Amino acid sequence: MLQTPPPSPVSNGVELGSSLKSSSGQAFDRKKRLSFYNRSFKVICIASAIFVCLILFTILFFMGRTGILTFDTVSPFTFFFSSEWAPENDQYGAFIFIFGTFALTFLTMLISVPLSVIIAVFLAEMTPTWLKTMLRPVMDLLVGIPSVVYGFLGMTILIPLLRDLTGTSMGDGLLAAAIVLTIMVLPTISRITDDAIVAVPKKYRDASYALGSTRFQTIVRVVLPAAKSGIMYAVILGMGRAIGETMAVVMVIGNTPQLADELFKPTSVLTSNIVMQISNVPFDSSWNYALYMMGFLLLIISLVMIVLVRLIQRKGVKS
Amino acid sequence: MGTLIDIGKLHLYYGAFHALKNVSMDIPEKAITAFIGPSGCGKSTLLRTLNRMNDMIPGTRIEGRIAVGGTDIYSKEVDVETLRKKVGMVFQQPNPFPKSIYDNVAYGPRLHGIRSKGQLDEIVETSLRSAVLWDEVKDHLKRSALSLSGGQQQRLCIARALAVNPDILLMDEATSALDPISTLKIEELAQELKDRYTIVMVTHNMHQAARVSNQTVFFLNGEVVEYSDTEKLFSNPRDQRTEDYISGRFG
Repeated sequence: MLQTPPPSPVSNGVELGSSLKSSSGQAFDRKKRLSFYNRSFKVICIASAIFVCLILFTILFFMGRTGILTFDTVSPFTFFFSSEWAPENDQYGAFIFIFGTFALTFLTMLISVPLSVIIAVFLAEMTPTWLKTMLRPVMDLLVGIPSVVYGFLGMTILIPLLRDLTGTSMGDGLLAAAIVLTIMVLPTISRITDDAIVAVPKKYRDASYALGSTRFQTIVRVVLPAAKSGIMYAVILGMGRAIGETMAVVMVIGNTPQLADELFKPTSVLTSNIVMQISNVPFDSSWNYALYMMGFLLLIISLVMIVLVRLIQRKGVKS
Repeated sequence: MGTLIDIGKLHLYYGAFHALKNVSMDIPEKAITAFIGPSGCGKSTLLRTLNRMNDMIPGTRIEGRIAVGGTDIYSKEVDVETLRKKVGMVFQQPNPFPKSIYDNVAYGPRLHGIRSKGQLDEIVETSLRSAVLWDEVKDHLKRSALSLSGGQQQRLCIARALAVNPDILLMDEATSALDPISTLKIEELAQELKDRYTIVMVTHNMHQAARVSNQTVFFLNGEVVEYSDTEKLFSNPRDQRTEDYISGRFG
């Protein structure tokens, strides 16, 4: 708290509101005015911070509260482990979608992480400067393309291509979705990895070269291990994006509630199932609640991801 | 005492900048040669030509000849990796990798194809012993190298360089980032190593050159002003500029 100024004949004992009105410089002293501004600014800041937290907790609360109603009619075990999703028969087993989400994310990461790291190494270590100054902004722009555009391209170009290449009749399914997602997360992962590689101090490279290692050996044995925490950060960020992605996935995955035990079988994941069904469910039904529960599940998964990112960042700062 | 490094009429340019002008000298084997001179005089540049670390700086151009053990190291047939294996280097800032102490020392041998655990263990121990660090770290070889003190890190870097069994050890102001006690340890270490290795050190500390080296080269503006036995150079310099520098009138 600021100290109250020595009493002046006019402003002493006067309410703040009325002292604001007194326009003569002597009547209203500066310290009081400052303390008023400082305090109200502080209050506004705190209020904004609380507001943001409140939104987060409200979302969590409402998703969770509605979702939990699922378990009035469906046992948690059935919900998580049964693959019978037939709302018209009151069967709400979400295993297909949970499995689909994890399988899709895993497959996406399997393709995108090695590719991204190679792109990042190329960008950070081997590209001439003029190409770098061109490629980096291009990749940053790719991050901002709306996902529906990627989905559209997947539907009109990728799926016919997959049909031709493999001879399957459909083409929709995990692989198509994973390829579209790979294209989406590739710029994110490779740009962050690129930054992590560039941040590796030159002295490590010098030491490695001075011991007689080639460029390839230096990158694989020194640079990439030193950039490990940055790369992990990039991977988890990409994973978060892949898990939550809806539009692009809906357009290529086939949207059929069957277990994705093949790469080309139309299936469904948490996000795509929610968006396909939420618009035509009765409001007070287990069906609706089950969809909410699935949304809540996604929310929890992404929160865990964010916590992981935080932990890795903190570890990165320490080492 | 034969000549190991033979430099003849060497010119080096960084773009338009003429960094080394007509440098010629013979560096004897199994001795310590010190390069002294004010900042920017080309002493580090010359050191870095000896293991071709300047190759990585774009715009570097070299004329003249540098031969190590009779081989011109800038000829096309020379494999840079093999050269650097034979010519180790210790840098100004201690730069151990963010790995364990063991992995730091084993890095070089592993690069050059040594896989067997027993052989690696042996190399790590001998190298750390040679760098007089073994007794301090033998119980925690798995600990991160970054947990060591600055002086220990620098001795670890020396051990790492020795692990690939070089003939020559280049020290680029290797003590300038260290405290006086660590500096003394590195100097003692250099004295011990000179029986087995040819050491070329750059130092901005004249007293260090006087204390540890056998030969001293004084550089000024990319030229060699004077090259002679250390004792002679410091007690009885031939050139007026050398005398001015060592008596502290400039630099």
